[in-house]
Amino acid sequence: MTQVNMTVNGKAASGDVEGRTLLSSFLRDQLKLTGTHVGCDTSQCGACVVHVDGVAVKSCTMLAAEADGAEVATIEGQANPDGSLNVIQQAFQDHHGLQCGFCTPGMVMSTAALLKDNPKPTETEVRAYLEGNICRCTGYHNIVKAIMAASGQDAGAIAAE
Amino acid sequence: MYNFEFEKPETVADAVAALGAEDAQALGGGQTLIPTLKQRLASPSTLVSLKNIAEMQGVCKGDDGSICIGGATNHATVAAEAGDYPALAETAAHIGDPAVRNRGTIGGSLANNDPSACYPAAALASGATIVTNSREIAADDYFQGMFTTALEEGEIVTEVRFPVPEKANYQKFVQPASRFALVGVFVAKYSDGVRVAITGASNDGVFRWAEAEAALSANFAPEALDGLSLSGDDMISDLHGTGAYRAHLCGVMTKRAVAAAA
Amino acid sequence: MPKDGGIGASSKRREDVRFLTGVGNYTDDINIHGQAHVFFLRSDMAHGTINSVDTSAASGMPGVVQIFTGADFEAVGSIPCGWQVTDKHGEVMQEPRHPVLAHGKVRHVGEPIAAVVAETLEQARDAAEAIKLDISELPAVVDMKDALKEGATKVHDDLNNNLCYDWGFVEENKAATDKAFEDAAHVTTLELVNNRLVANPMEPRVAVGDYARGTDEHTLYTTSQNPHVIRLLMGAFVLGIPEHKLRVVAPDVGGGFGTKIFHYQEEAFCTFAAKACNRPVKWTSSRSEAFVSDAHGRDHVTKIELALDADNNFTALRTETHANMGAYLSTFAPSVPTWLHGTLMAGNYKTPLIYVNVKAVFTNTVPVDAYRGAGRPEATFQLERVVDKAARELGVDPVALRRQNFITEFPYATPVAVEYDTGDYHATMDKLESMIDRDGFAARRAESEKNGKLRGLGVNCYIEACGIAPSNLVGQLGARAGLYESATVRVNATGGLVVMTGSHSHGQGHETSFAQVVADMIGIDENMVEIVHGDTSKVPMGMGTYGSRSLAVGGSAMVRATEKIINKAKKIASHLLEASEGDIELKDGAFSVAGTDKSVAWGDVTLAAYVPHNYPLEDIEPGLEETAFYDPSNFTYPSGAYACEVEVDPDTGKVTIERFAAADDFGNIVNPMIVTGQVHGGLAQGIGQALLENCSYDENGQLLSASYMDYAMPRADDLPMFDVDHSCQTPCTHNPLGVKGCGEAGAIGSPPSVVNAVVDALQSAGKDVTHIDMPLSPDRVWAAMQ
Repeated sequence: MTQVNMTVNGKAASGDVEGRTLLSSFLRDQLKLTGTHVGCDTSQCGACVVHVDGVAVKSCTMLAAEADGAEVATIEGQANPDGSLNVIQQAFQDHHGLQCGFCTPGMVMSTAALLKDNPKPTETEVRAYLEGNICRCTGYHNIVKAIMAASGQDAGAIAAE
Repeated sequence: MYNFEFEKPETVADAVAALGAEDAQALGGGQTLIPTLKQRLASPSTLVSLKNIAEMQGVCKGDDGSICIGGATNHATVAAEAGDYPALAETAAHIGDPAVRNRGTIGGSLANNDPSACYPAAALASGATIVTNSREIAADDYFQGMFTTALEEGEIVTEVRFPVPEKANYQKFVQPASRFALVGVFVAKYSDGVRVAITGASNDGVFRWAEAEAALSANFAPEALDGLSLSGDDMISDLHGTGAYRAHLCGVMTKRAVAAAA
Repeated sequence: MPKDGGIGASSKRREDVRFLTGVGNYTDDINIHGQAHVFFLRSDMAHGTINSVDTSAASGMPGVVQIFTGADFEAVGSIPCGWQVTDKHGEVMQEPRHPVLAHGKVRHVGEPIAAVVAETLEQARDAAEAIKLDISELPAVVDMKDALKEGATKVHDDLNNNLCYDWGFVEENKAATDKAFEDAAHVTTLELVNNRLVANPMEPRVAVGDYARGTDEHTLYTTSQNPHVIRLLMGAFVLGIPEHKLRVVAPDVGGGFGTKIFHYQEEAFCTFAAKACNRPVKWTSSRSEAFVSDAHGRDHVTKIELALDADNNFTALRTETHANMGAYLSTFAPSVPTWLHGTLMAGNYKTPLIYVNVKAVFTNTVPVDAYRGAGRPEATFQLERVVDKAARELGVDPVALRRQNFITEFPYATPVAVEYDTGDYHATMDKLESMIDRDGFAARRAESEKNGKLRGLGVNCYIEACGIAPSNLVGQLGARAGLYESATVRVNATGGLVVMTGSHSHGQGHETSFAQVVADMIGIDENMVEIVHGDTSKVPMGMGTYGSRSLAVGGSAMVRATEKIINKAKKIASHLLEASEGDIELKDGAFSVAGTDKSVAWGDVTLAAYVPHNYPLEDIEPGLEETAFYDPSNFTYPSGAYACEVEVDPDTGKVTIERFAAADDFGNIVNPMIVTGQVHGGLAQGIGQALLENCSYDENGQLLSASYMDYAMPRADDLPMFDVDHSCQTPCTHNPLGVKGCGEAGAIGSPPSVVNAVVDALQSAGKDVTHIDMPLSPDRVWAAMQ
């Protein structure tokens, strides 16, 4: 066991982990931040996406020990300080960009990373960026709309209902 | 996963020392290794992370104009910073997905030499030099078949040097599930000739297509490839395509790469 | 004008807030103090005789609590099958025992052989590796037709052969159907495969068993679409736990698509082991485990023939299908290729004679059961493909041929035992044609060809049957369950309502749309209505959510219960207003006396019900809580017309969906936003089946597509923006909301249009291609073109 220390959603967090402890396990099991989900074991579904030092990573494919000393952001830290939904979250609700909600934390975290790098993405860029986030419910249509809306673009313009 | 010790040395020398321990294994970005460990297909005693070694990070330009990429540099960084070799930056920009690109490293990819990975094609087509903690290895000598390289036990890729070609392009036809290359063709035109490297197709891993190179060295145009074809006999045949289909795609993707580069 | 609340409004989903902020409560988020973890040692062999399972070394490993093998479950019941099909000779199907842990033999890769309960999952896994298995491998039965050959290896030694049943439907039609084929002016024949799929909800299955020794009460938290069904099947048939001592909770569930309907061994194991080990026992499936343990879907091989007269009227239809059951009968597996498939073969057409033969076959593969659509996609695919092929053979417009044969008068009794209550197939086809700019297709094709691509347009119709019912009929057909739904509406003293529904939401948004219905009926704000589901200790016995039944059946129960509430509330109001009950009107949340300005608010009536100081105690009881069970008199029959436009890259065979349009008739709509989203999701799964997804075994019964590395899930860049319309509405005639169900339509209706479009594209280039089996992956399309 080794101790890891990191900042999670702005707060100091630490714990004893084995070498093999995944960041996703550390967040879910030790910090009880169960908003980060695990949907596969081959690093493809993206339900586990969090930000480590400002970039999106798959927390099920990173060791907790690798995040020692890092700034970690998870879905639990995304809402506005007053608890209201942030712009991305609100856009997902407004445009029905989620159904069962299981992939949603990863979708929101990936969207945040996308819009940081590319504030006004095209529909094609949005779809390409979501290569690592699988949703089984929505057919992506409304996720794409939500992301376009969150970027301040006209979601209605990309397609009819 | 089986349990293991975790170390994160800050110098190449310390990493090499740590890798001297029995069953120690280097950890690049972990995007292939960690899923492998989850399946319990490997049981290292110690994982030695190379991510904290500053001298293995980043993209720079060598004295001879080549692009030098630290072995622990992730794909996203290459995509953003290897603009002097646009085809290489573009290749990096389409490996895996955005989150994978933020972790996976060029050194890790080349050390693993997955037969469907993109970087081996880029390195081989560019005639890159794979620099390790102990030597420099020419790409032509480095790739030795599926998941096999010239690396010795405990040897780590510290840097990869890419001579910048006059023209180059990488065309990846993706396997629809894994999004690895079903066939990927990297074409690079240098002053002394054209190199064509193909990933995803062969049972022997990445390879150069000599006939195409000769034809393209004489005439760097898609039509120069007319009449050339590869045999599918020794190519990968699986759920996603027969050897014959892959052989066919090699021709199509090579032409497209040339067209895009020309 | 869009409404801002109630029925017909696109109310935003209230459940979204918890999902978007990471505070949902999925089963894997539940951790009970003292819980141990189980790892299942699963067979890596498709078929073998178990000689021994030696756990002696493993049991002493660090952290091990207890190890279980098949022998520990000999006295326990078989995992039950919920539907018994009777074959064409009047014989009941062959039904093998399905053990919790394999005993005697293993019959598919992934079948659990032993279960290790340990302090941590990794310790359990370590110990599982130390279990010594001695298994003699047997030849694997994989191909269905081989499985039925004389002398074939038997999956189950105690059964006669590998044939589960040989079903003929309608047997009385067979001779007349055969005669119609002899008399036909034209016969179109097509042999096709409906590819095996893996449902792949993004949340893998999880089960947590808990046991309270003091009260002898069991609790199972599980990722289920129907917790009461699990309670009944597991309690009564497997573990012998009375229902009053067994609570099943399905909290937030991350998608189901059918595969979370069924009762699985892991649920029974965790419930059993929690008592045996006297501590909570948790199992979380990895995605790799899911591929070899979640019931798969589809997997039909079919020959279909369509007979037409000289005027191109359909005169008869005949099919022969082999349906893969896998190694065991999953909960509703036998019903899928029969009553959910044969009954749909009329489609949208007035074909007078239909005969369907289905042979259900045991193989050494994962059990196959209902997946989004369940039988209806298989029916629609073969029918809409053969109609399209017929149009091409006859040189007639495929839309015109369909229209010519449409059913136009309702109710319509089909020759396959069902009666469509309502529909308007020309209306949805008209709508579709208005959406797809068919006139502009030639120009779009020319543009594609200029870029070296082929372009094709495919159209199809579909009919589906939702809300399978009534219970007395399905009982005659072999169902071992009722197919009603329940709801309890509990009104609180201050006017808020809690609705406890037997339906289960795992992405469908019931918490929002169900509240819209009740709020609309009373005329109050939606936020005054809370929807509770998924807990057998809170909700009356319900049958859960599948088959697009929730609003049509569960919503109807809720309406009935709410009507009872309103009737009683009117009695209370009439007392408070000192008026005759017949004069009381409920509008906008207030009761008034007709023709006067006297009224009393909803909240005053509900308060009176619980503080009955001024109350007609001699006539009615205090309180305001009502339950209703609703058993529909018929299925509902949504229908629609879909169109797909593809580009094919002739050099690589890669198909790209350029446009996709869906015109559906779902009857009345409660929340258009949610309905549209349901169609989107169904389309993605249907397109996934058509182009990407392929669950494939090799000849040794090894699963080739056992992870997302080889099973191609549709991603964002595989799909276009969809053009979806549901303005054609012929309300269901027999349920109170006039709703039909929308959950499966997209998955049912989309595969044929994709394949029709690709065939159209290839034929436009002069290729003699009449069919390609799904998925139309690049290598298959390219090979077909050679």
